[in-house]
Amino acid sequence: MANSETIQERILRVISRSKRIQLESVRPDSTFAELGIDSLDRLNLLFDLESEFDISIDDEDAKRANQVSDVLMGVQQLLAARGNIPVSN
Amino acid sequence: MPRVVVTGIGVISALGLNAQEFWEALHHGFSGIRPIDTIDDGQLRFKNVAQVPGFSPEAEFPPGQLACMDRFAQFAVFSAREAIAHANVEWTPPLQEKAIVVTGSCMGGRSAEEDGYRALFLKKSRIHPLTIPLAMSNAGASHISMCHGIKGPVFTISTACASSAHALGHAFWMVRSGQAPLAIAGGSEAPLFLGGLKAWEALRVVTKDTCRPFSRDRSGMILGEGAAMFVLEPLQTALARGVQPMAEIVGFGMSSDAGHITEPSCDGAARAMRSALDDSGLACEQVGYINAHGTATEANDRTETAAIRAVFGSHAEHLAISSTKSMHGHTLGAAGALEAAAAVLALKHAILPPTANYTIPDPACDLDVIPNSARPLTVDACLSNSFAFGGMNAVLAFRRL
Repeated sequence: MANSETIQERILRVISRSKRIQLESVRPDSTFAELGIDSLDRLNLLFDLESEFDISIDDEDAKRANQVSDVLMGVQQLLAARGNIPVSN
Repeated sequence: MPRVVVTGIGVISALGLNAQEFWEALHHGFSGIRPIDTIDDGQLRFKNVAQVPGFSPEAEFPPGQLACMDRFAQFAVFSAREAIAHANVEWTPPLQEKAIVVTGSCMGGRSAEEDGYRALFLKKSRIHPLTIPLAMSNAGASHISMCHGIKGPVFTISTACASSAHALGHAFWMVRSGQAPLAIAGGSEAPLFLGGLKAWEALRVVTKDTCRPFSRDRSGMILGEGAAMFVLEPLQTALARGVQPMAEIVGFGMSSDAGHITEPSCDGAARAMRSALDDSGLACEQVGYINAHGTATEANDRTETAAIRAVFGSHAEHLAISSTKSMHGHTLGAAGALEAAAAVLALKHAILPPTANYTIPDPACDLDVIPNSARPLTVDACLSNSFAFGGMNAVLAFRRL
């Protein structure tokens, strides 16, 4: 991946890969319901996000995420809490 | 068809090493949920489990036998031994020829398998030659049959968290139909090994708190280990032997959701309860207590409440339900048997065990859940619900004698 890829772009890419849907169909304002993300898809997505960003997402925080923007905000908070916002690898 | 009764129960759990300790804890609302002491800090995102305290396998089994048994099989044999002694079964060759053993287990001896993989992949050494017989899910049933010379049908059912409810139900049907004069049936599980715990952790259904079924602040299940075994036989046989039955097993119902691999279905749960009621001949109004599946996950408790309301209608307001998982944890393949034991003991003692760790009412779980304190109450009949991943549902019905 290009180093210039933003966190948002990385998240959209992870969602499209994890859910096996076209990248173009995943928008920052998409809800999980619109993308057809059910409870098992959500598990896979959390697993893939943890791998992508080398973070650990709390179960209770994860339950509150219902749309792509929630994921973006949550990942940014975890990266900020870690004190560094890494470039894509 | 002959009436079938429970004449013996054996239980090993986080609440103690026998059925009496199990019942003492249950009716006092004591929880056996504690921080795990066999896994190092930092390896798990959660800390609490329901672990069997003070069990020394070396004191219970000769070394040669112990070498062939994983912890789940040890639990199976240990609790079967108690049930058989409790029922005062006197083995004769004709009885041994026809008696059956039906067990349930979800994960079997997978910790032995993990030991093998650790040796192979990490230590680059060889796998122990007994790994397969240690790990097979039917090992518990096999060892029970070998210990007591039981030569009739012996088999194991693996339907995740409904395994031992399915086992008890099928054993009940075989005794009721006259195919077996006596059954040893139940389930065992020993899932508290690192790989198993990490797999459950990854599913994000294990709470970092404790198990709070039906509470609004519930946040998931607590994994537990243990076993419960029953002796089932026709009422007439028990009376002829001079044994006092604990309760009558009157119904068994099964259904499948055919829906989602992990999400529960109200319709599937309701159909299993209706099927158990139909099989038992009980009217809804005769049922006074349900030992709920009650895992304390958001989805199960809400769905189970709706299913109970769908089956019982206005009688749901007069039903008491509780989830004893709040005390003995979720023992997976053993859960159906442990909870059926709790249900039978509740009928026998006329005390309904509580839902422990209950805090805040949830409007989506608005049945009488016997919060925190046991209730002295004589009920004529009860159900024990088990709903498994994979959408496999099993419900048992018992009647007071």
